[in-house]
Parts: sequence; C-alpha cells; structure tokens
Amino acid sequence: MAIPKVMGTEIEYGITVKGDPDFDPISSCVLLVNSYREDHSGDILWDYDQENPLADARGFQVDGEKYTPNQQENIARNKTLINGARYYVDHAHPEYSCPEVTNSRELVIHEKAGERILEASRREASALLPAGAQMLLYKNNSDRKGNSYGAHENFLMDRRTSFKQVVEYLMPFFVTRQVFCGAGKVGSENRGQRCEYQISQRADFFETEVALDTMVKRPIINTRDEPHADREKYRRLHVIVGDANLSEYTIYLRTGVTSLVLSMIEDGAIRKNLSLRDPVAAIKEVSHDPSCRRAVHLESGKRLTAVEIQQEYLEMAHAYCAGHEVSAEAEDVLAKWQWVLENLRRDPMALERQIDWVMKKSMIESFMERKSLSWDAPQVQMLDLQYHDLRPDKGLYYMLERQGRAERIVGDDEIAAAIRRPPEDTRAYFRGECLRRYGPAVFGVNWDSISFSVDEEPIKRILMAEPLKGSRAHVQGLLESSPTAADLVRNLRA
Amino acid sequence: MQHHTTTRARRADEQGLLGIVSAADTTQRKVPKKGGGEGEEPEASGSQKLAKRGKELKEEMDALVDEIDEVLEENAEEFVKNYVQRGGE
Repeated sequence: MAIPKVMGTEIEYGITVKGDPDFDPISSCVLLVNSYREDHSGDILWDYDQENPLADARGFQVDGEKYTPNQQENIARNKTLINGARYYVDHAHPEYSCPEVTNSRELVIHEKAGERILEASRREASALLPAGAQMLLYKNNSDRKGNSYGAHENFLMDRRTSFKQVVEYLMPFFVTRQVFCGAGKVGSENRGQRCEYQISQRADFFETEVALDTMVKRPIINTRDEPHADREKYRRLHVIVGDANLSEYTIYLRTGVTSLVLSMIEDGAIRKNLSLRDPVAAIKEVSHDPSCRRAVHLESGKRLTAVEIQQEYLEMAHAYCAGHEVSAEAEDVLAKWQWVLENLRRDPMALERQIDWVMKKSMIESFMERKSLSWDAPQVQMLDLQYHDLRPDKGLYYMLERQGRAERIVGDDEIAAAIRRPPEDTRAYFRGECLRRYGPAVFGVNWDSISFSVDEEPIKRILMAEPLKGSRAHVQGLLESSPTAADLVRNLRA
Repeated sequence: MQHHTTTRARRADEQGLLGIVSAADTTQRKVPKKGGGEGEEPEASGSQKLAKRGKELKEEMDALVDEIDEVLEENAEEFVKNYVQRGGE
C-alpha cells in the first residue's frame, strides 16, 4: 500500500532592483529576507547538522564540500516562519520552502501564501532603498539569457520501492507532464533550437537523464537522497524538472497528478513500458511544440505525442483508483486531468483560464495582434517576464486573475490565514506552533528537528523523523500543558 | 465535472479580486467586466451563441490589452536586457 504523500515545494524567485545600476543580488536577498518580520523573530539557526545534500539515491556518497555558514551568516540568511515554512537566501536568490502538507489543495494554499510573504517583504525592503530604486521579484525560472533557477517539488516515498523503478516509470511522465504544467516562455536559450514560444521555462536546461546535480548539467530525475525523515523507511523524491507556476489550477493539477503517479509506482500499478528513446531530446521537442501534436520516439519503436503518453498514465490511474481506496481529492484530480488532456488533444488554447503556459500565450497573442508585434519584440519579452511579477498591481498573472481569467482552486481568506498558520496534519504544525509559542527559546530548526535553549541547560534537540507526527491531533495536548519551553522540554522527557 | 459554468466561476473570481486588492495595499481600480456573462439565453441556436461569444471575446481582449498597456513596464527593451540572474538551485 502506497504511503501518504507528504509534500512541499521550494521556489527560488528572480530578484532585481530597478533603478540601481550596481544591484547586488546577494545583499538584496539578505535585505529582503530580513525585511519580513514575525512576532517571534528570535535569532534562530538553521540546523545544517541534519543536512546531507551529497548522498545519492543510487546508493553512494558524492565528494564535495558541504556548505555550512557561520552563526551570524546563518541567522541573517535563514528565517523559519510560524506557518512552518523556511524563507531564506539560497546563493543569489530568495527561496521559499513551504511547510509539509498532505494534499494538493493545501499545497496551493501554502505556495500562494509564500507569494504573499515575499511580496510583503519586497514592499518593506523597497522602502529601505534609495529614492527611485525599487526591488522586484519574479516567480519564474529563467532570465532568458541562459541562467535558470529552480522550482523544486518534494514527495515522501517508501524506501522499499526501488529507485530504479521510480526512474523507469517516472521518466516518460516527467518529460511529458509539462503539457499541463509548463509556465511558458518566449524564445529559447542555453543553445536550444530557436523557437517563438515554448511550453516550459526549464526544458532548455536539462542535459542529462539522472544525476545528483541541480546547478549544472541538470538531470530530469534528481538523485539527491536526503529524506529529512527516517532514512530507513523513507526517501524524499526531489523533483527539479518543473516550472514555477502561478495558476492555482496548474499547481493543483501538477501536484495532484504527480503524487497520484508516485502512489501508483509504489503500488506496482504502472505496468506499461513507455520508455523514451531519448528523454533529454524529447523534453525539448515537447516543450517546443505548443500545438501538442508532435510525436516523440519510444524505445519500443512507437511514436506517441506527449498528450498520448499522458493518456496512457491516465488510463492506468483510472484502473488504479477503481481498485484502491483513494481520497476525494484524487478523484477530483483524475477528472481534471482527463478534462485537460481532452482539451490539449482538441485545442490547447481552450485552456486559457487553467494552464499557465496557455494563459500566458493567449495573453501575449492578444497583445501582439492589437499592436501588430512579432515574437521578438521587446514588449513581448516584457510581457513574458511581467506575467511572473509578484506585485499585485503589476504582475500580469494577477491581472488575469482579477479579470476573472484564471480559474481558482482556493480562497483568498485561506491563503491569508496560511501566512501565519501551519498545516495541521504534519510535523509542520509542531514546528510552527513551537515558534509561535516559544520563539525566543528556539535555538535551531531543520525539517526533521527543532532544538531549544532553556536556562543554562545544554541545547535540547527534538527529532521529528516521522513527517506525519507532530500534527495537531498528536501534540496539542502536549503544547497546552506546556506554558513555557522549559515545561515542553520537561514534559517531553517525562 | 463542471469546469465551465462561467457564471459560477466568475463569481468565485470576483471574490478573488477583492482579496488581492486589499492584500496589495494599492489603489488598483476595478476593471469592469465586459460581455455580460450572466444570464445566457438557453434557447439561442449554436451559431448565434458562437457569434455572441466571438463578440464577447473581442471585447474582453480589448479590455485585456488596455489594462496591459496601463501596467506594462516602460522601456521594455532596456528592462528585459538588464534582467540578468545568477543561476540558482
């Protein structure tokens, strides 16, 4: 039986300062992240002891230097929030890792809360810049000059499922799922074949099938084996192949379908061999074809379009859901997936209210038509970039949403609440509540631990190796009977 | 699945509008939605419907382009040229 798909996303945002010729990304990121203030606002460390980004899922350890900043730098670059998220500086980008959730709808809520948290800090940071300068943030993945930054997805998986099988069954799915979750891009880069518009922001950057790297020679399937949980029982599938999405519908579908396919892999429900002859070439071919009609070569010699490959997965999912007890959400995801694939087969542009790459393309084409512009016009490139702008009054995705051109999945009230409230059914609840209740006594945090500094006692680290423990049902009594951090530590010892 | 009950979806989106604007702390003006949308005549024939929808779409597109014109960054060429990121991840 497949294990519950605990999941979360890590989004790196593009950052620039308009009106500052000497813009420095790293100091701007530090300013941004520190401009976000919550009541607890203690100096809390991110606990790097628990991290091992150099372990490979294929069973070995890669040589390399593990990054560990000094204490002051650590505090300046890392914020853990009372909603259980991590908001931090990753190299030259601000990054938001949402708290662990157990379903796609909640993932949409928390990813969207992240957008608002970044926008709130952007406004605060901009106020500190010299007159005329303004900080800008973009939820996209490329500067269209060959530099890419990631939008990673994480899914808890059963370690008993062989990684080789995961790779085999996921590869055709990952190469083709972009037809319903690409964020769209004008032109190509990274020596990609020239095109006017393509489905994915990221396809141009994938150069190999399976590897540990994320920054160079990017692989379609990343092998980082850092479960942030009990490593005897779990792995965390670290998905780097996706785009940063703005459409709620797209985020919901991307997450829902991917987690369903992962459950199917765990339950042995994927039996067809859909292996592609050349996945790295295919991911680009699919991206470069907004008509969704071009077929790619399978190893079997067959040729199928991306939509047809997705339909094969859909059929297996129908059979799987008929024979297993699945959630109401999984049923809803299945229905939406089917509806979207039918539209992609008939006329992809019919999805102009649901799927990011279609929404953007439709908007750009309307503008081009009225203004008689071609795809290489600077205004067209500007539209592409500004679709991802986080300012509610300037961001073109938000403009479409305001005009009723974006199908919603969640409510604004739910998003607003998630800025300060953790999910209740994962360990994120315990993490967030500890920060809210005992902030000044929290010494360090990681996904699977939280440590306290109480009085003169040695630091007490509490491990959370089970992502589903630490939920509200699990710890509310403990928290309520612990008015102070000292009480909490004592009660945990008892 | 009912993805396209237009009126219902629009109502939901209008709630979204209020939320975003209040969260945004701006004085973004509300764009009047063109093309009606409410109360489609159920007895209209296929081609009439299509023609009406075509006209609505044209009006909606005009409204869209007008609003883009208002918010699009000036000096697009320079802006896009200057948007350079370091690789991440």
